[in-house]
Amino acid sequence: MPEMNLKKIEEGLFRVLMFCSTVIIATALFLIIFSILYKGLPSVSWEMLTSTPKGGFYFGKGGGVLNAIVGSLYLSLGATILALIIGLPLALYMNVHLIKYQKLVNGIRFMLDLLWGVPSIVYGAFGFTIMIFFGIRASLLAGIITVTLFIIPIMVRSMDEVLKSVPRGLLESSLSLGSTKAETSYRVYVKQCIPGIITAVLLSFGRAIGDAASILFTTGYTDYIPTSLNQPTATLPLAIFFQLSSPIVEVQNRAYASAVVLVTIILIISVLARVFSAKFHKNKINF
Amino acid sequence: MKLRRIKIGRHLRDKIHGSWMIISLVLVMSSPVFLFVGLSVKSWLLLEEHSVFNLLFSKEWKPLSGQFGFYPFIISSVWVTVVALLISAPICLLTSIHLTQYAKKWVLKIMHPIIDILAGIPSVIYGVWGILVVVPAISHYIGPFFGKSVSGYSILAGAVVLSIMIIPFILNILIEIFRNIPSELSEASLSLGASKWQTIKFVLVRRAMPGIISALGLGMSRAFGETIAVLMVVGNVTKIPTGLFQPGYPLPALIANNYGEMLSIPLYDSALMLAALILFVVVMLFNFASRLIIIESEKHA
Amino acid sequence: MENPKISISNLDLFIGKQHILKNINAEIPSKKITVILGPSGCGKTTLLKSLNRLTDLNPDVKVSGSIVIDDEDILTTKRDITDIRKKMGLLAQRPYPLPMNIYNNIAYGLRISGRKNKRFLDKRVEHYLRQVNLWEEVKDRLHDPAAALSIGQQQRLCLARGLAVDPDIILADEPTSALDPISSQTIEEKFIELKNNYTIILVTHILRQARRIADHVIFMYLGEIIEQGPASQIFENPQEEKTKSYFQGMFY
Repeated sequence: MPEMNLKKIEEGLFRVLMFCSTVIIATALFLIIFSILYKGLPSVSWEMLTSTPKGGFYFGKGGGVLNAIVGSLYLSLGATILALIIGLPLALYMNVHLIKYQKLVNGIRFMLDLLWGVPSIVYGAFGFTIMIFFGIRASLLAGIITVTLFIIPIMVRSMDEVLKSVPRGLLESSLSLGSTKAETSYRVYVKQCIPGIITAVLLSFGRAIGDAASILFTTGYTDYIPTSLNQPTATLPLAIFFQLSSPIVEVQNRAYASAVVLVTIILIISVLARVFSAKFHKNKINF
Repeated sequence: MKLRRIKIGRHLRDKIHGSWMIISLVLVMSSPVFLFVGLSVKSWLLLEEHSVFNLLFSKEWKPLSGQFGFYPFIISSVWVTVVALLISAPICLLTSIHLTQYAKKWVLKIMHPIIDILAGIPSVIYGVWGILVVVPAISHYIGPFFGKSVSGYSILAGAVVLSIMIIPFILNILIEIFRNIPSELSEASLSLGASKWQTIKFVLVRRAMPGIISALGLGMSRAFGETIAVLMVVGNVTKIPTGLFQPGYPLPALIANNYGEMLSIPLYDSALMLAALILFVVVMLFNFASRLIIIESEKHA
Repeated sequence: MENPKISISNLDLFIGKQHILKNINAEIPSKKITVILGPSGCGKTTLLKSLNRLTDLNPDVKVSGSIVIDDEDILTTKRDITDIRKKMGLLAQRPYPLPMNIYNNIAYGLRISGRKNKRFLDKRVEHYLRQVNLWEEVKDRLHDPAAALSIGQQQRLCLARGLAVDPDIILADEPTSALDPISSQTIEEKFIELKNNYTIILVTHILRQARRIADHVIFMYLGEIIEQGPASQIFENPQEEKTKSYFQGMFY
C-alpha cells in the first residue's frame, strides 16, 4: 500500500533528523573546547600563569594574567561565601520551618525561578547605581555584592531541590527527639544532603567565575592583585574580553590562553559537581 | 543550674538562626522590587524629558544631541533572539524526542554530561569561539554562498552563538517534560494500532505542548538578556539591521559598550539604565508567562 | 479446549536478569471472560502486556516461546506489529484519555488507519459511545476535552475508544481499581455483555470481581501458572495448595 510507505518514509526521515540533531549538539561541545585549546594552549606558559602584567604588557611585552586569575578567585569565592551565608538559611527555612505552608513555599520558589532568569547585565547596571548612590568606587567589594545578588537564586534553588527530597519522616523524628527547628536544619538536613549542597555551591561558583556582564561596571580592572576590598580587581572573563580587542597578535594570543585557563577551571568544577551529585544520589536510594 | 544555661543557649541559638533565616527571606524576596525601583529611579530623569513612546520607537540615537531612540537596539535584540530560537527550537525538540523515545539508555547517559558542561561554559568563552569559528565561517563560506561579501560580524553570528548557548537550557526542560509523560499514554495509543512515530506526533507532542511552549519562552528570555557572547560577534553598529548578514546592536550590548561614557554625557546614564529596565521588565514578563503556563498545565494533567 | 483464541506455549520473559514469566503454558477460550488472578508481583500484568507485545517498549526485555493468536505466532510474525495490536483493545488501571476532545479520542484509532470520511466517523463515534452508555451523557459536548469527564466516564470512554478499532480481543488491566463502586459495576456489566462478541482477558486482584464475571481462570504466583481452568472448577474445587490458600480470604 503506497500510503503505508509514505508513513514509513516520514518516520525514517525524522529519525535521521533526530539523530543528526543529537550529533550536532555533541560535536558543538567538542568543537568549542577544541578550538579554544587549539588557539590558546600554545600561548599558555608558566610565566603567563604566575606573573602579573609588567610594563608594556599590553603592547606584547612580558608579564602574565595572575592578576586576573587571583582576582577572579577572590571575587567568586567572596560571592559564593556571601551567597551561601544568605542562601543556605533561606533554603533550609523553606524546607524545614515553612513545611506546613506549601503554598507559600511554592510562591517563593516561583519568585526564585523568576529571579534566576534575570540577565546578569541587569544586576550589573543595578550594582552600578548602588555604587554611585553609596559612593563606593569600582572595586572588589562592589563586584562581590553584585555577583552575590546574581548567584543567590541559583544557589537557593539548587539547594532547595536537594533539600526537598528529604523525607518528611526525618523532620518529624528529629523534632520529636526534642530538636529545635534550627538544629534539625543544620544538624540533620544539611548532613543528609551534604553532597547535594556541595554540588549547588560548585555550580554557583562556576557561574560566578564565568560571568562578565555583572562585573563589567562594578569591579573595574587593574594590573595588580588587590590587597583590599576597596581596590578594583582584574577578572578572567574581562581579561579575555579586553585582550581580545587588542590589535596586537601577542596580546590576542594571551586572551586565548586566558580562555584556556577559564575553561579548565570550569571543566574541573563540572567534573567535581558530577562526582558529588552522583554521591548524593547513591545515598538517596539507600535511605 | 548548668542545665538551665544550656537550655537557654540552645533556645537563643534557635531564635538567632530563625531570625537570620527570615531576614534572608525578606532580602531575597524583595530584591526584584529593589532592582525595579533602583533602575526606575535612575531612568526617571530621561523619562521626564521624553515620552516612553518616543524612546521606544524613534530611530535616532544621538546622545550628544540628546536624542535617545531605542528602536534600532530593540529591533536588533528581537532579530537576534528570534533567529536564535528558530535555529535552536527544532534541534532541541528533535533531540529531546530522540533521547527520550528512541535512543538507547547509554546515549542519554553520555548526553547528560555534555549538555551540563555546555550549560556551564561562560558566555565570554562562547564569544571567543564565535570570533574564532562562527565569524570567519560566515565571511568565508556562508556569506559568499548567498552572494554577499561581509565581515562576518552580524546578526547571524550573534544568533548562531546565542542558539548554542540556549540549547542546553531548553533541552533539559524538554527532556524532563517528555520523561514525565506516563508511559501508559503511549501504551494506550499503541494498542489502538498507532505506530511509534504516530504516537509521538499525535499524542506525546500534544500532551507536552504547554511545556514546549514555556520552554521556548524561557529560552527566548534567556537569549534576550545575554550580553557578552553576542556583543563580541554582532558588530555593534547603530543602525536598523535589514538582513541577517548585517551587523546589529542588541540592547544588552548597548549597555555594556557604553558604560564608560555613561557619566560624561547628560542623560546618557539614565538612558542606559532605562535600557536595563526594559530588559528587566521584558525578561520578567516572559519568564512569568512561561512558568505560569507550566503550572496551569500541570494542574490539568 | 476446542479452538482456543490464544495459545501460549513455553513463554519465558526476562527483564534484564529478572525472570518475570516462567515457562507459561496457557490457552484462552474464545468469546469468554478469562480472568488472570494472583497476588501483586506475580507477573499477571506482564503476561497481559506480552499478548499485544507492549512489552517491546522496554529495551531490556527478552522473550522466548510462542504466543499463537488465530493461527499466527505474534512473537515471530513478519507482519507489522501495529496491525496485530489493532486486534486487541487495552483498558488500563487508570483511564488515560488522549489529549484531545471526546470525539477525537474515539476517532483516533480510525483516523490512524486512514478512515477520513466524516460521516463514517460520526456514525462510529455515536455507535461506540452508545455501546458504553456514554452517548446520552456526552452527545452535546463531543468537542469538549476528554479530560473534563469524571473518572468513571473517562474509563468508559477509553473502553469505547478501544472498541472503535474493531478488535477481537479486549485486554483489561485492573480496569476498575481507580473507580467508584457504581462505575465499577457499569464496567463489569459491560464486559458481561461484550463477551458475546469479544474475547476478554481481565487482570484483577479483586477476588469477588473474578467470581462475578469469570468464565475461565488462570491463577499465577511468582511468574508461574499454578492452576488454570473453567471458573466453576477453579473456585469450587481448587487443586493446588497455593490456589486454595489464596482463595481463603474469599470465603469470609
